[in-house]
Amino acid sequence: MARSRVVITGVGVTAPGGVGTKNFWGLLSEGRTATRRIGSFDPSPFRSQVAAEIDFDPELHGLSPQEIRRMDRAAQLAVVSAREAVADSGIDFAGTDPYRLGVTLGSAVGATMGLDREYRVVSDGGRKHLVDHAYAVPHLYDYLVPSSFTAEVAWAVGAQGPATVVSTGCTSGLDSVGHAAELIREGAADVMVTGATDAPISPITLACFDAIKATTPRNDDPAHASRPFDRTRSGFVLGEGAAMFVLEELDSARTRGAHIYAEIAGYASRCNAFHMTGLRPDGTEMAEAIRQALAQSRMNPEDIDYINAHGSGTKQNDRHETAAFKRSLGEHAHRTPVSSIKSMVGHSLGAIGSIEIAASVLAIKHDVVPPTANLHTPDPECDLDYVPLTAREWRTDAVLTVGSGFGGFQSAMVLAGPEGAGT
Amino acid sequence: MSAQALVTGLGIAAPNGLGTDDFWSATRSGKSGIGRITRFDASSYPAQLAGEVPGFQAEQYLSSQIRSQTDHMTRMALVASDWALADAGITPEQFDAYDMGVVTASSSGGFEFGQGELQKLWSLGRRHVSAYQSFAWFYAVNSGQISIRHGMKGPSGVVVSDQAGGLDALAHARRQIRGGTPVIVSGAVDASICPWGWAAQLAGGRVSTAEAPDRAFLPFDAEACGHVPGEGGAILVVEHADSAKRRGARAWGELAGYAATFDPKPGSGREPALHKAIELALADARSAPGDVDVVFADAAAVPELDRQEADAITAVFGPRGVPVTAPKTMTGRLYSGAGPLDVAAALLSVRDGVIPPTAHVQQAPGYAIDLVTGQPRTGEVRTALVLARGHGGFNSALLVRAA
Repeated sequence: MARSRVVITGVGVTAPGGVGTKNFWGLLSEGRTATRRIGSFDPSPFRSQVAAEIDFDPELHGLSPQEIRRMDRAAQLAVVSAREAVADSGIDFAGTDPYRLGVTLGSAVGATMGLDREYRVVSDGGRKHLVDHAYAVPHLYDYLVPSSFTAEVAWAVGAQGPATVVSTGCTSGLDSVGHAAELIREGAADVMVTGATDAPISPITLACFDAIKATTPRNDDPAHASRPFDRTRSGFVLGEGAAMFVLEELDSARTRGAHIYAEIAGYASRCNAFHMTGLRPDGTEMAEAIRQALAQSRMNPEDIDYINAHGSGTKQNDRHETAAFKRSLGEHAHRTPVSSIKSMVGHSLGAIGSIEIAASVLAIKHDVVPPTANLHTPDPECDLDYVPLTAREWRTDAVLTVGSGFGGFQSAMVLAGPEGAGT
Repeated sequence: MSAQALVTGLGIAAPNGLGTDDFWSATRSGKSGIGRITRFDASSYPAQLAGEVPGFQAEQYLSSQIRSQTDHMTRMALVASDWALADAGITPEQFDAYDMGVVTASSSGGFEFGQGELQKLWSLGRRHVSAYQSFAWFYAVNSGQISIRHGMKGPSGVVVSDQAGGLDALAHARRQIRGGTPVIVSGAVDASICPWGWAAQLAGGRVSTAEAPDRAFLPFDAEACGHVPGEGGAILVVEHADSAKRRGARAWGELAGYAATFDPKPGSGREPALHKAIELALADARSAPGDVDVVFADAAAVPELDRQEADAITAVFGPRGVPVTAPKTMTGRLYSGAGPLDVAAALLSVRDGVIPPTAHVQQAPGYAIDLVTGQPRTGEVRTALVLARGHGGFNSALLVRAA
């Protein structure tokens, strides 16, 4: 039996630099950065004081006052992005059996902002261990358990099929979409609305990354603080955002004449079983995930036109990842453009994997590879072609996008352009 | 034909028994683990009962290094994973690292650990926040820690769907088995019995405020008044049939069928989706309703939800068409831990031919289900259906079958 083929037919992005896919691509293709000194609260007590924030007005983007009250910011970003993706796909769910429509949503840290804020209220600013539940907001339970985000998206699109949150830390955004594709392949759903969201820019998040020096202390120059693959890199810059997609089977997409962005040709995840935050420099497990994803897609390393890197800008990640590309793609790694959009939109934890899928399919659409901003000083340990500073016109049919995260998760996805999907 | 996914190991941490033997002997005799909260002073809260796991001494099993970086629920999950592997007769060195993966569910991560660090941040300042906070609180912690502990590098995952999540994790484990990975450690252990977690659970509006432990959690009873939260769950070893056969391993049973659905938006007037999940799970297992010997109910103990569940069971199996039980009346609702613990109980029912009772409950006359109350019921059990429903509308149904 032929393996059914799953394609992306709708994209919605809410990322730093502007709401909507068009603004997102504008930022990336022009190589602009959206990192800045944190403005949503006073970051001065913290070691790292920069982030990539979204200027997001939920009311302007169609959410009702009631929805805004009950949803954490991460849920708001997901719902707005899901609506854009569905509209973009041109799909009409009126004729769809709701049980054949499912939702998977990635999120690494759930309702961190809501929890941090409400904790302060019920604990009287951290003074009460026995918090006062009388001051709790009615939807605090929805902050406790982030599957509430998936419920919001399912309600927004009318889905009654399989629904869940996928929460594998910083690979959530890849794993969520990979999971959705599996559900279509195994016949559990015809259409999936999938993607990921996170809105972690909150004091508790800053504090926990400060404690392990994972985020950059480069506070004097926020616009150039995220420096993946640069020798002067000093940690990642926190971000926020969401990207959502409509996934369906290739034949049904063709039948309804849908625009096909890309096929999810291969996806795999592995664990390093090494350390919750540390990475061995050799990249073995990520390389294994890449090899598996390539094998599924029946591609050779030479077929990959562009690598959308995890490129977080920590010392260890960028070295680890460079080693993984060489280990899995061999010589071809040196001939392939590699870039990290985290240089521009920061690292939105569980969301970024999906935002990077969006960047990848837009690279395929436009035959343009987004750059790695702020890359001025080469690092001898990172010796691939990282597309510094400016976007490159580049024939892009097949993209490898990868993620790496706390817990040791390593994920890889191969996306093939509509020419490939059409054969 | 898809590969069979067998359960070859059980590791249990439940409020009415730590370890499979203690849990099962308590469960089949109707012994409850619900009592007054001891983990914090609950006297100022309207609800003061919970199901706490008795006698769990992390220092007996885990190094101080691991204990300092983990929440209570992760410690229990790590120990349960040790027990599940021991029960399966697996030492990880027997397998290639990529041939073993970990798929768990969580509902709220290491929430108690998270409260401690929020407290330090806001009362003492950011320099006092633990270096472990970044990975002790998040939902992926148990999969990550279990994979590190046992050197498992294969396909792994983490799902969050409130109380339905534990069954979703087992289904995802089965998916990885079918994809060719021989061993997946799966299931869920959950807990948020700390003041901050308690405030959030109270906000959910479904927690019982009754004071007597045997009158507080009464699903399908005329006095149903919400649930008692609990902690714990079960970690299971799910194994490809070929691998189990090669090792000559004993199988507890097969994960034979599964489906998940989502309820329509409240106020839409459309019917709830649980019955559809049951029908799809039966079809997935190529089973007929008549094949099912017992249903382990979700048992919300909220009258509207009990009504929905009883109606769904009746719609598929007919009035009083199948024995229904809710041993979680002895543990409280364990969030994502509930589904895997019920699956473990179902497999023990299959082994012993005993359906454990629904404790403390007198079935209300309006429900047309055959609820097993009072004494356990004996008789052959070959196929069991486990149901789990999550806040917001998540419905999962999983069918286990004698191997």
